[in-house]
Amino acid sequence: MNGADVVASLHDVGLSHDGGAHFVLRHVSLTLARGEFVALLGPSGVGKSTLLRVLMGLMHPTEGQTGGSACTAGAGAHATRRSRAMVFQDARLLPWRSVLRNVMFGLEGLHLNKNEKKARAQEALRLVGLEEVADRLPRRLSGGQRQRVGVARALTVDPDLLLMDEPFGALDPITRTSLQEELQRIWQQTHKTVLFVTHDIEEALRLATRVVVLAGGPPAGITGEIVLDMPQRNPDSPAFRTYAARLRAMIAGEPDPGGEAYWRSAEI
Amino acid sequence: MSIKLSGSVRLGLGLAGLVLFFGLWEAAVQSGLLPSGMVPAPSSLGPAWLDEVRGGFWQQAILDSLNHYLLGLLIGSVLGAGLGILCGMLGLLDSLLEGIVRLLRPVPGLAWVPFAILWFGLSTAGATFVIAISVFWINFYAAHSAVRGVDPELYELASAFGHGSFVGRLFKIVLPASAPGIMAGLRTGLGQGWMSVVAAELFGVPGIGARMMQASSLLATDVVVVYMLTMAMLYAITDFLFGFVRKWVLRWQP
Repeated sequence: MNGADVVASLHDVGLSHDGGAHFVLRHVSLTLARGEFVALLGPSGVGKSTLLRVLMGLMHPTEGQTGGSACTAGAGAHATRRSRAMVFQDARLLPWRSVLRNVMFGLEGLHLNKNEKKARAQEALRLVGLEEVADRLPRRLSGGQRQRVGVARALTVDPDLLLMDEPFGALDPITRTSLQEELQRIWQQTHKTVLFVTHDIEEALRLATRVVVLAGGPPAGITGEIVLDMPQRNPDSPAFRTYAARLRAMIAGEPDPGGEAYWRSAEI
Repeated sequence: MSIKLSGSVRLGLGLAGLVLFFGLWEAAVQSGLLPSGMVPAPSSLGPAWLDEVRGGFWQQAILDSLNHYLLGLLIGSVLGAGLGILCGMLGLLDSLLEGIVRLLRPVPGLAWVPFAILWFGLSTAGATFVIAISVFWINFYAAHSAVRGVDPELYELASAFGHGSFVGRLFKIVLPASAPGIMAGLRTGLGQGWMSVVAAELFGVPGIGARMMQASSLLATDVVVVYMLTMAMLYAITDFLFGFVRKWVLRWQP
C-alpha cells in the first residue's frame, strides 16, 4: 500500500483519560486504505467509539501517532470539503434547524456560496432519499429518517473518510436492514472510505470489506482482523458462518479457529 | 382533582372573577365597611383617570416611565444575558466571577437608589440604572443555567463539522440551544422591570412611580390606584407583544 492510498492511520496509539495511569486503548495500529469499508467490531464499552474520536481528531492520543489528512481538506480558507466526517449513533440533529439546514451544517465555513451549499445539501439528501422532507424539522422525522439525515450531513462535506459510530444501533431491525442496504448502495456509488463501528458481527459481515476486532483489556487492543472479498450478503452461507465463528473467537480472545469453525460448531 | 376547561370558559371565568372583585370592593366602600379615605371606590377611578388624562399627566407619566423602562430593560437584559452566556461557556470566567456574583446578587434594586442619585443625579439615567440592575440578575441566571444545560454532545458535533471554535460554538450551538431559557429570562425581566419602575422613580425622577408618590402624599388614593392599574396594563401589553417575539424566535419548538 503506498502512501497516497492511505486515508488515515494510527501507529501504536494509546489513550488514557487520566494522563497515563490507566489506558483505555493501547498499542493500536490501524491503516485505512482509500475505498475500503472497514468494520470496527468489538463488545460494548471496549473503546471503539473512543478510537473513532481519535481518528476524527476529537480526542488526542496519549501516546503514539496518527496519520492522514487534517480536518479540513484543500487549501485552508479556500477549502470546499472536509477530510473527515462523522455519523453519530443518536443522529444528533439540531432541533432548531430544518432537515436541509442540518445537512448544510458542515458546509458552513467552507469556501462555497449559498447556492452551492444548498445544491450540495440537496444532492446529499437525494442520495439518502429524503429530498422531499428537506423543509421539515427533525422532530417530524422517524428514527430511520433522522439517521439518514445524519448520513447526508456527513456525505455532503465530501470527506475522504466517513466515520460511523454504531449509526444503526438504536433502530428497529427492519429499518436497520434497509439502512444497511442503503449504506451499501451509497458506498458503491461514492467510493468513500468508511470506518463503521459496531458490536454486531452480522452487521460487520454484511457491510464491510475488512473487519477489525477491538477487544480485551482495559487496555483494549486489536485482537485480529479478517479481509473479506466482498460484503457477505447471505447470513446462512457457510462462508458467513465461518467468518462469524472466527470473529467470535477474536472477540473472546481465543485462538483463531480458521476455516474449520463452521464444522466444529456444527458438531456441537 | 382538576377539571379540564376550554379556553373560552376559562377566559369567561377570569372576567367573572374580576367583575366580582370590583363589585365586592365597590359594595364594601359604599356600605362603609371600608373607610373611603383609606380605599377609593372603583367608581371613583374613572373620573380620577379622566382628570389625569385631561391634565396630560397620565400620558406624560407613561412616556417618561416607558423611556426608563425600555432603556433599562434593554441594557440590563443585554448585559445580563451576555455575561450569563459567557460565564456559562467559559469555566475560567465563571469561577473568577463566582464570588462577586454571590456578593452582589442579594442586593435589591432599591438599595442601589442612593448610588443612582450620587452617580447620575435625579435623571433618566439614574432611573434607567436601577431598572437595569434589577433586570440584569434575572437574565444573568436564566442565560447562565440555559447555557450550562446545553447538551455537551452538541459541542462534539460542532467540533466534528468545523465549528469547534469559540465563535462557532457560540453562534451554531449555544445561542439557538439556550434560546428557550434566555427567552424565559427576558420574559421574567419584562415583569420585574415594571416592578422596579416604581423604585427607580421613588426619588423624584418623573414617571408613573413619581406620580404615584405625589398622589399618595396628597392622600389621593384613587390616583394611586389609577397608576397601579396603568402599570398592570402596560405589563400586560409588553408581555403580550413579547409573546410574538418569543414565538418567532422559538418557532422550531413544538
